[in-house]
Amino acid sequence: MRLSSCALAVAAASLCLSSALAQEEPQVVRQNLMKEIGRSVGAMGAIAKGEKPYDAAVVEQSLTTISTNIQAFPDQFPPGSEEGHETDALPIVWERPEEFRSQADELYSEAQALLAAMPADQAAVGEAMRRLGATCSDCHETFRAKKQ
Amino acid sequence: MALRWPRVLGAGAAVIVLGAAVLWYGSAPRPASAETWEGLGEPEFARGEALFWAGGCTGCHAADGAKGEEVRILSGGLALTSPFGTFHVPNISSDPEAGIGAWTLAEFGNAMTRGVGRDGEHLYPSFPYTSYVRMSPADVNDLYGYLQTLPASGNVTPPHDLPFPYNMRMALGPWKFLFFADEPRVEIASADDRIRRGQFLVEGPGHCGECHTPRNALGGLKTDLWLAGAANPEGEGRIPNITPGSRSVGSWSEADLVSYFETGFTPDYDSVGGSMVEVQQNLSHLPQEDLAAIAAYLKAVPARE
Repeated sequence: MRLSSCALAVAAASLCLSSALAQEEPQVVRQNLMKEIGRSVGAMGAIAKGEKPYDAAVVEQSLTTISTNIQAFPDQFPPGSEEGHETDALPIVWERPEEFRSQADELYSEAQALLAAMPADQAAVGEAMRRLGATCSDCHETFRAKKQ
Repeated sequence: MALRWPRVLGAGAAVIVLGAAVLWYGSAPRPASAETWEGLGEPEFARGEALFWAGGCTGCHAADGAKGEEVRILSGGLALTSPFGTFHVPNISSDPEAGIGAWTLAEFGNAMTRGVGRDGEHLYPSFPYTSYVRMSPADVNDLYGYLQTLPASGNVTPPHDLPFPYNMRMALGPWKFLFFADEPRVEIASADDRIRRGQFLVEGPGHCGECHTPRNALGGLKTDLWLAGAANPEGEGRIPNITPGSRSVGSWSEADLVSYFETGFTPDYDSVGGSMVEVQQNLSHLPQEDLAAIAAYLKAVPARE
């Protein structure tokens, strides 16, 4: 009895540990950073489309998340993280790291510039979305696997 | 009895000669009448610019990878690979030598809406006059006027690289007979002004169907599968179905579509991909009512799965 419950505890602990480890895999970290960026863009998109009323706090929070996350993003591609966890990162990320970083910088500067100007109404949020969108697809087209 | 065969043969030969003559005449390049392009007055440059973005001229006619203001330099040079060979996109900048700066409106209009080149030759439908034929002479005048305001480029582009038999322009005559018409692609009984505007933009200058509609073995559009998705002409993957029956975009609302055209974000806030990236960047220059018209039309076309 004691032995089996002990085994159970060990199994449970190792399960926890492995999921905790997976959380820290760079592939997962960078995917989560991107998901948060996606959610932030979504919050602004809802305003731009008129689904939600304009809310300066939401816009500011979204732009802040985008800029914080994209700044951390290029550091999540250490050697050895080229594959696994369904990563969509293409080999070119490691072949042209400076270009990759400068693309990330571009989104960072864009988000910072928007924060400084602070889009003040629905139309301005729409314009902000336009500027962010061009940066997103530019980088995705080069560095991310195509969806089928 | 002995006399009949030569007669039959003679009649047969006459039929063949006549047939060839009809085919020759019937398939000759046919420019519009000269007066089509007369008396159109001064072009409206703003309308011309909207047509320029709707048509995405820059997608093929600017240098590969052009960004920002460079997309207005229509120097040509992009190589379009296809099952029929490689098409080299010409320089249509305002340069009088290398570009089309010295063309008359009639020459430009006949290329755009009749698929007839400056020397009276058939043009290949890799240049989508099969869509542009839906533009009016006034549209052509406005667009041409606008193009002439764009920078000149001295870039000289190579001729198309097509194997036999596709290098025979004469064969385009029968091809046009089969696949080239100015009729609407779909009939939408309930169309209001907005949908009609969308229909013009999509079926005409926007030439969306050229990639989003599948083609038959001769390269003609399968119009019963209008906008139902097709093999990617540039290679891998598929160009999506954009009718209301589409599994990927059928559920998008008109507002989703407009937002996608404006920003490049899908409804789940992923970014636009593939060859649609530059199409979207061009569309984002259009006034919102035009984008709404395109969305309304896409929601009104017959659903295909």
